[in-house]
Amino acid sequence: MAEQNGIIQLKNIDVTFHSEGKTIEAVKDVSINVNKGDVFGVIGYSGAGKSTLVRVINLLQKPTSGTVVVNDQNLTQLSAKDLRKARRNIGMIFQHFNLMNSLTVYGNVDFPLRDSGLSKAERKQKIDKLLDIVGLADRAKNYPSQLSGGQKQRVAIARALANDPEILISDEATSALDPKTTTEILDLLGRLNKELGITIVIITHEMDAIKQVCNRVAVMENGQLIEEGSLLTIFGNPKKQLTKDFVNTSTHIGSVLDEIRDSGIVDKLSGRLIELNYIGDSTNEPIVVELYKRFKVEANILFSNIERLQNTTVGIMLFALTGEDDKVEAAIEYLNSLNVNVKEISLKKEGE
Amino acid sequence: MADLVNKFLPNVVANWEGDNGFVVAIWQTLYMTFVSAFFAGIFGIVLGILLVVTADDGITPNKALYTFLDKLVNLFRSIPFIILLAVIGPFTRLIVGQTIGPTGALVPLVIGTAPFFARQVQLALVEVDHGVIEAAEAIGLSPMKIIFRVYLREGLPELIRSGTLTIISLIGLTAMAGAVGGGGLGNMAISVGYQRFENDVTIVSMLLILVLVFVIQGLGDFAVRKLEH
Ligand SMILES: Nc1ncnc2c1ncn2[C@@H]1O[C@H](COP(=O)(O)OP(=O)(O)OP(=O)(O)O)[C@@H](O)[C@H]1O
Ligand SMILES: [Mg+2]
Repeated sequence: MAEQNGIIQLKNIDVTFHSEGKTIEAVKDVSINVNKGDVFGVIGYSGAGKSTLVRVINLLQKPTSGTVVVNDQNLTQLSAKDLRKARRNIGMIFQHFNLMNSLTVYGNVDFPLRDSGLSKAERKQKIDKLLDIVGLADRAKNYPSQLSGGQKQRVAIARALANDPEILISDEATSALDPKTTTEILDLLGRLNKELGITIVIITHEMDAIKQVCNRVAVMENGQLIEEGSLLTIFGNPKKQLTKDFVNTSTHIGSVLDEIRDSGIVDKLSGRLIELNYIGDSTNEPIVVELYKRFKVEANILFSNIERLQNTTVGIMLFALTGEDDKVEAAIEYLNSLNVNVKEISLKKEGE
Repeated sequence: MADLVNKFLPNVVANWEGDNGFVVAIWQTLYMTFVSAFFAGIFGIVLGILLVVTADDGITPNKALYTFLDKLVNLFRSIPFIILLAVIGPFTRLIVGQTIGPTGALVPLVIGTAPFFARQVQLALVEVDHGVIEAAEAIGLSPMKIIFRVYLREGLPELIRSGTLTIISLIGLTAMAGAVGGGGLGNMAISVGYQRFENDVTIVSMLLILVLVFVIQGLGDFAVRKLEH
């Protein structure tokens, strides 16, 4: 567990709904500590409780139990008025943008500023600047219905930034957008984090979105937080099955494994299938060469995926090791001694 | 032209001016319609807003108040207007000092219309995207500001649509109230046209009411078109 002095501290949060005689435990005993400057990703399948959890951060959702400390303020103890004030420090964007259809782009960004005490001219200056940041300076007079999804989300981001929040919450903000637009919006969020120092909490069900901007990740399943860590540890060394599934989907290794099994290629090579994960600089070639030099074991690379996450290389490789049995054993031991994760993969299909 | 009018609409001409004439009747109908629309509008909007915000998924849930208002609105909507007219006579006298004439008709018209309009307002406002309400809450707006800046603003086209509908049905009610002593075009059509067999009076009363309905519908549609983006 990380040190408990973050800008967002959720402690032992439970959220239970009672609807139509049924009790739904949407969030179960979740604790999260988000540090200032983090881009914190929460990933999980639909219904895992992600939205419910992040809505607790600004108390749009009151937790059944647990404490919510944001910026050293215990939000659950604030008066309604003080809570509203605290909420101004927490911007929020949504999957369906939630813009006012009756207001122009300009009006939507002005919406949160109307109680800011700024003069009309000051507001205009601020709105122009915000629209410039999100790249919509030329659309000020348009209505939301005249914009594309990506543009609407940019307006929503400008609106969320209007009160200069230190925290921005994004609840599936890119789920309704195409891949290219998704990348652009995530880039924008990353820029806001770097240039304005805003702490961001991103909810998503796509590992690719997490990979692109987050430095820390929490995985949720059935209301519980099952795994949490830096992007690199989650990606390079996932522990729980669900986390592995997300990582595998994102590296495409899952479908590759199916293909390898179907093709029988490993058997043809009369080898053993090995998966190798590594973080940091460790390149394919030397390993393959080493294995041959040291053990006379051939390593046929069947798949390799290398990504740069936060300026660090994260690699995953599948290869078939062919050689005499004891030599292959020794080779695997050698691999284990390196700074990599080694795992032998069964050639049977899952469930067989 | 004048000859034609005299020939085909003799009774209309005879009944045009004077205390019980068409000119007065038109004014009475307009007076009953718009004065009661004004008050029913205020009550309806307040009630409709209260129903929306106190509902379970509203911004300030209040089960007791919601249930009470909900039942109240249903109750008054269930009373046939013509019976309402008679039943609340004493109450009417208390408020406006008389039970007949256009002013006497105002109280039952308001009471008959406000619950209907309240439901219309409720329906219009629950249509406002819940996500936008949530965004406003996240921005830190108070419930009062959410009502004025989000609900009434985003729901305005729909409110005007239901307002138009309500005024048109109110015109129907003024005709009914008129026939039992409220005056106006309804009274003209029934007590002059129908009971004295002066058919041209009945028909012209009806046409005038239709003109009023079309004008209001037209204005409503125009406003909605202007507002919707
Ligand atoms: N207001 C509510 N009343 C009752 N049940 C609710 C309410 N809000 C959420 N739930 C339930 O809580 C669980 C978690 O919902 P939540 O919206 O947090 O999931 P999620 O992870 O955000 O899913 P998605 O990816 O689909 O948005 C679900 O089973 C949902 O049905
Ligand atoms: Mg959700």
